[in-house]
Amino acid sequence: MPVYFVRRVLAAIPVMLVVAVFVFLLLRLTPGDPAAIIAGDMATPAQLERIRDTLGLNDPLHVQFLSWMGRILQGDFGTSLISNKPVIELVEDRMWPTIWIALITITLSVIIAVPMGVLAAWRHRTWVDHIVMTFSVLGFSIPVFVIGYLLIKLFAIDLRWVPVQGYKAPSGDFGGFAIRAVLPALTLASIYIALIARMTRASLLDVLNEDYVRTARAKGLAERRVLFRHALRNAAVPVMTVIGTGFALLISGVVVTESVFNIPGLGRLTVDSIFARDYPVIQALILLTSGIYVAVNLLIDLSYTLLDPRIRY
Amino acid sequence: MAEVLNVENLRVAVDAPGGAEVVRGISLTISEGETVCLVGESGSGKSVTSLATMGLLPKGSLKPVGGAIRLEGEDLLACSAARLRDLRATRMSMIFQEPMTALNPVMKVGDQITEVLKAHTKLSNAECHAKVMDMLTQVGLPDVARIAGSYPHQLSGGQRQRIMIAMALVLEPKLLIADEPTTALDVTTQKQILFLIKELQEKHGTAVLFITHDMGVVSEIAHRVYVMNRGDMVESAPVDTLLRSPREEYTRKLLSAVPSLTPRAARSFASDRTVLQVTELVKRYGGGGFLSKSPETLAANDVNFTLRAGRTLGIVGESGSGKSTVARCVMRLIDPSAGGIRVAGHDIATLSRTGMKPYRKKLQMVFQDPYRSLNPRITVAESIMEGPVNYGTPRAKARARAEELLELVGLPRTAAARYPHQFSGGQRQRIAIARALAMEPDLLVADEAVSALDVSVQAQVLDLLAEVQERMGIAILFITHDLRVAAQICDDVAVMRRGEVVEIGDTATVLGNPRHEYTRALLEAAPGRHWDFAAFAPVSAA
Repeated sequence: MPVYFVRRVLAAIPVMLVVAVFVFLLLRLTPGDPAAIIAGDMATPAQLERIRDTLGLNDPLHVQFLSWMGRILQGDFGTSLISNKPVIELVEDRMWPTIWIALITITLSVIIAVPMGVLAAWRHRTWVDHIVMTFSVLGFSIPVFVIGYLLIKLFAIDLRWVPVQGYKAPSGDFGGFAIRAVLPALTLASIYIALIARMTRASLLDVLNEDYVRTARAKGLAERRVLFRHALRNAAVPVMTVIGTGFALLISGVVVTESVFNIPGLGRLTVDSIFARDYPVIQALILLTSGIYVAVNLLIDLSYTLLDPRIRY
Repeated sequence: MAEVLNVENLRVAVDAPGGAEVVRGISLTISEGETVCLVGESGSGKSVTSLATMGLLPKGSLKPVGGAIRLEGEDLLACSAARLRDLRATRMSMIFQEPMTALNPVMKVGDQITEVLKAHTKLSNAECHAKVMDMLTQVGLPDVARIAGSYPHQLSGGQRQRIMIAMALVLEPKLLIADEPTTALDVTTQKQILFLIKELQEKHGTAVLFITHDMGVVSEIAHRVYVMNRGDMVESAPVDTLLRSPREEYTRKLLSAVPSLTPRAARSFASDRTVLQVTELVKRYGGGGFLSKSPETLAANDVNFTLRAGRTLGIVGESGSGKSTVARCVMRLIDPSAGGIRVAGHDIATLSRTGMKPYRKKLQMVFQDPYRSLNPRITVAESIMEGPVNYGTPRAKARARAEELLELVGLPRTAAARYPHQFSGGQRQRIAIARALAMEPDLLVADEAVSALDVSVQAQVLDLLAEVQERMGIAILFITHDLRVAAQICDDVAVMRRGEVVEIGDTATVLGNPRHEYTRALLEAAPGRHWDFAAFAPVSAA
């Protein structure tokens, strides 16, 4: 396992390098002069020249890349063109709300979806199964903003159980954080509950036909033990994949939900930066989300080896 | 002797309104210490009967609709689900065909046995552990502490089946149902497992219901035999009576279809043309790897043989002997590590993909599992035509040829428009042969091509292969683990073990008068070798 871990971390380096090259070229390959894009329409030639100089645009490409990489490795992602704040600060501020919401969403989804899927598979082709599958189709097909607004209408406006919008950091006021996080998390979870429940059901249905499940029953084990101890762990690998990629997707931005609930997260930062052509921020965001994808994938692969002793890399 | 199991007039039907009966009023009894064999071909209802006894019929698809199954007088069909759970493993146990899949892959085998004790007894952890270790020793496993801590994939097939037996017998049930427990094992392992079951049975006085399709096994272990066919009980008799003088036509047919171990007479050379020449073939696996070097295995080592047109060479051996590796190298499905493969005088061992193209036509393969080797989404005609069309034959001509070939393999021309799932296993294997023949190959490689088939169907497919060979003069490379099949179809036989050919020669000599100890061990382990089933008599001492 340690050897494998080291090997996988090493293997992630070239992946990140490719991403870095792409991110670097993003600015350089955009049609037109980057300096002109940055300076805007009203710039004078002298201003342009100054910007080129500060950005190092007059150096050869590889020199530019190396010095850019050097700065990034030291944590310097440059300065936002719009707010003039260091990019790293901007991203850090926005990262935590997104990570918290993503964590709550995934936890909530797993807690609800896995038992749903198990139940549906166990009671395959009965009304239980049909109800679970109906919910699952609904979760997929209703757009998140509709679910978001419906939840707000019901729980925030009519019942007044929770605030309509907003975000508080969990460190200061955990109650305030939780009460504001529950609706966005539920909204986001709807699609993941649908996805994970379906995946669990399908994977478990396959496993329930396996010989070793018949063996477990032939041993006279209780049905609960057959399902959870023998079947579920064997069915877990594909479910784990969905959970992992789901989490990574949540991190890289959930614009609609963040907008509906007015959460200062990465999704909105991404959209805002794209509209404002705030290239340094966009670059940092791409690097960050790719890094998270690589890390999450690594964790998923590691979880496989824990779930299934046959998997050894 | 006390009667342990009494099945009376059992009927099992498809669980749907008006569902067809798949088991129609069968009765059987087993007494303490007795081994009863239930034989029949696929679809005979033998497994359904055993699953009904255990209460393990797949829910929603099959259900008992009449009769009684009495275990020591208690009617199992009338038991609650909870009562059945209590009875399983304590009074009745079952072991299954596939030791590879019957154990949970993500759980240590020791824990899987302990689980039985935990579910049915109040033993302490220490007592459980002691009992598991004792049972593992009883089933003849070495180094029991290590084995108990292993996962199934770390054990061999034989070891896994021993684990299954330990799990089934740990609570000393009265009845053991063994559903084809040795079918997936090599003959030498099979022999050991059969011996083990017999030994434990004698020790504990267990009644054994042994389900099998293999008459050889029946002749070795059964006290009494029940024969089933398509859900009906055909006949039952003590084993000697049944083998010598079967009452029913069906049983006679079943026995006659068992290929004899006595090699058939060698045929005269049909042709001098060499189709395939393999020289010093080597296939290495592993040895590479980044950071950690994986150990190297020689799957084939210095394999040499020559095959002439119109002849059949059998490669026999147990699993892991390298026989399939050789076949795949010849087909260039995998790349040989060294050595030569000459087809029609040209060495194809190192040809590139494009370089192989003219030779692919000359080499065709028939695979083991007819249920998976045909594309289920395209019609039989499309499957057969695909190869020739790729090589430029006009579609209309290829289609006509496909229909001719179907006729040649004994299927109606109308079969062309149908899909694989509309055919039985034997018919599908005929289609697979027609598909291979469509390319007009010089060499047909048959990898365990009849192993998945029932004996009566197996006999037909073997006849078909011989007939096709006669007509078209093709050479056949026949890979099999079954010495009986090899004895009946091969002109020459190569015996492989651990990647090496230990003995090669004409079938009559190799199987009739083996020189190598391994060949002798294989023949020795072949079940029922003292019985000539087709003659309904023991093999005459010759």
